[in-house]
Amino acid sequence: MDARPKAGHDGGEDTELVMADIALKSPGVRQPVPEATSWQRLKVNREWLSFWFMLPAAAFLLLFLVYPLGLGVWLSFTDARIGRTGVFIGLENYEWLWGDSTFWLSVFNTLLYTSVASVIKFAVGLYLALLLNERLPFKAVIRALVLIPFIVPTVLSAIAFWWLFDPQFSIISWSLRKMGLITVNINFLGDFWNARWSVIFANIWRGIPFVAITLLAGLQTVSPSLYEAATIDGATNWQRFRYITYPLLTPIIAVVMTFSVLFTFTDFQLIWVMTRGGPVNATHLMATLSYQRAILGGQLGEGAAISTAMIPFLLAAILVSWFGLQRRKWQQGGDND
Amino acid sequence: MNPFTRRALVKGGTALGAAAALSGPALLDWAKAWAQNAQWKPEKDAKLSMLRWKYFVQAEDDAFVKLINAFTQATGVKVDISRESYEDVQPKASVAANTGTGPDLFWGLYSLPHLFPQKCMNVTDVAEYLGKKYGGWVESAVKYGHDGNKWICVPICYSGALMNYRLEASKKAGFSKFPDKLDAFLEYTKAMKAQGTPGGFALGHASGDANSWVHWCLWSNGGESVDKDDKVIINSPETAKALDYAKALYGNMIQGTAAWNDSSNNKAFLAGEISWTNNGISIYVAAQNSAKQIAEDMDHAYFPVGVSGKPTELHLMYPILAMTYTKYPQACKALMAFMLEADNFNPWIQSAKGYLTHCLNAYDSNPVWTADPKATPFRDVAKRTRTAGGLGSVGEKAATAIADFVIVDMFANYCTGREDAKGSIAIAERQLKRIYR
Repeated sequence: MDARPKAGHDGGEDTELVMADIALKSPGVRQPVPEATSWQRLKVNREWLSFWFMLPAAAFLLLFLVYPLGLGVWLSFTDARIGRTGVFIGLENYEWLWGDSTFWLSVFNTLLYTSVASVIKFAVGLYLALLLNERLPFKAVIRALVLIPFIVPTVLSAIAFWWLFDPQFSIISWSLRKMGLITVNINFLGDFWNARWSVIFANIWRGIPFVAITLLAGLQTVSPSLYEAATIDGATNWQRFRYITYPLLTPIIAVVMTFSVLFTFTDFQLIWVMTRGGPVNATHLMATLSYQRAILGGQLGEGAAISTAMIPFLLAAILVSWFGLQRRKWQQGGDND
Repeated sequence: MNPFTRRALVKGGTALGAAAALSGPALLDWAKAWAQNAQWKPEKDAKLSMLRWKYFVQAEDDAFVKLINAFTQATGVKVDISRESYEDVQPKASVAANTGTGPDLFWGLYSLPHLFPQKCMNVTDVAEYLGKKYGGWVESAVKYGHDGNKWICVPICYSGALMNYRLEASKKAGFSKFPDKLDAFLEYTKAMKAQGTPGGFALGHASGDANSWVHWCLWSNGGESVDKDDKVIINSPETAKALDYAKALYGNMIQGTAAWNDSSNNKAFLAGEISWTNNGISIYVAAQNSAKQIAEDMDHAYFPVGVSGKPTELHLMYPILAMTYTKYPQACKALMAFMLEADNFNPWIQSAKGYLTHCLNAYDSNPVWTADPKATPFRDVAKRTRTAGGLGSVGEKAATAIADFVIVDMFANYCTGREDAKGSIAIAERQLKRIYR
């Protein structure tokens, strides 16, 4: 038999192949590929794997977020009391709350508190962030100091503010009296509007660092070359802010203001420590009223209804920030328009 | 050289132990004898945990700890005590009732057991034993303790809130004796304000002080929140009269009372900012420690009596209850009975210096009521008080009405001018109808 050396691997020039060659193992023949089983394919499927990776976090969220939320909403449709389960009563809690002036007062207080505090926190926080973005000596130290109001436990700062605003023992009143500017103590927490402004002030003091530091982080991502180009084109400070800083910041603003509004809307500690919702319910937020009715008063169903009533407002806040502030095309990969 | 060497610690500890043993053998012997004869024998290996309200007077808590230690040594049952501010006992108890775990015993406020009566152990045998042995329970204690036909809690003591006033200032205003009628009291407040020594009642969400005076004001003017069948009758001309009376008082008070909580009037009185208020004996006790000239210049008096001619006061009651989920019911009952036995209760009430009042008639003769004449008015608070809910049931509805500050807010709304009389009453009526439905 002739075993001629075979040139090349292509099977096209088979004319010179001899039986013997074909009998030998030829590199062109495909091995039969074993068909992958479903399980083997599943094992390396990315979506399947990602499901399992997410499962612990999802279980956590389900247990501590979805379940309490669902239970709360369910409770609001019952007449449950502390110490005994309730029966399903449909919308009765909500109907009663619809006619309850204290409830509507708490809604008004919450909206007022949230809107005023958030607007001021945003304005002052943005200003502070712009300041901190400049070249400063001891920048790191100053930034750490700015964060302190946010880090101090809320209850502690609330107690401090409570003392500052005490009708009899306020240091503010005392100082102003010593300076001769007023003759009678200021009734910070005993007068309706004074009490409201006092708690709003405390909340602003607490919340500014969060807004400021987050916006500062956003400011640092703005490329300086944009500013340089603008300066070369003759832009003023205000124009630079209006056309470069602000548009580039809007995603961050959306995030930080959403959080800020959510936290402020559901604030409990500050109000509870400072005024317990008084005087005469003038500073009752929905969260504090819900606690008073549900836990102190024992009417779980009604308290749950008040808490559940917060959800539409919170959803509205999120939707406003989502649709209003993040829908610029260029933020999603399109052209600026 | 570190003073805290192990040797020093051990030596010191032994000395303390010896001292304690020397001072307590009589108590211990008695306690052991009691344990052997008591009709409730604690279960084997019983361990109890109790949540009680935080003491107002340190000495009271010390005496209580001694009492518990004697119980432990006599019966072998360890008792773990935790303390919460009295407003927070109720939420914690509520959560325990809801979840079925937590402390075995709760010693809390008012109608706490009535918020979850089915979760409270039936303690009729303990209550009847104590009532028979010590001259009977006062009327309000019987009402508070019952749910239907059985006792669901054992009333331990009352904390009276009476008028506290400064003597010199009152004399200068023309009142050598504290007024005991409504009109005279109004004149008193006017005169005190005119001479620059005003007073104040809390109108904020102060669960103790505010509820105490607004209920007195409502009841003494003839108003009632519910009748004996729990029908809401707050919308009445008497209530309107009470509102007007309160507004007149408010005009003679120091500013800021609408923001007061339970401690605000204490602080203000001790600083000399106000010269009359309602409070327990804690102001007097604190003054004796830190402001002796105020302690000497102040005294206590009953609330003025109203149109019915009978006292219409509201004083806080502190019952002890055991939860049905406890693993050691007999131990719980033994402890309850132990607390109210004369050898324990007398020294304990004495250490409270008048802050706490008994509700078993035999304890009228406790020396604490005569040792200091300024404490004597507090002896009778348990007899003078009406129950929460007034004429109505003393149960979860009355407790909810008080915890939700329905009456307090009604008065506060009107006094601060937020609502007119009709509006304030309408809001309160609507809330009460919802609570009492």
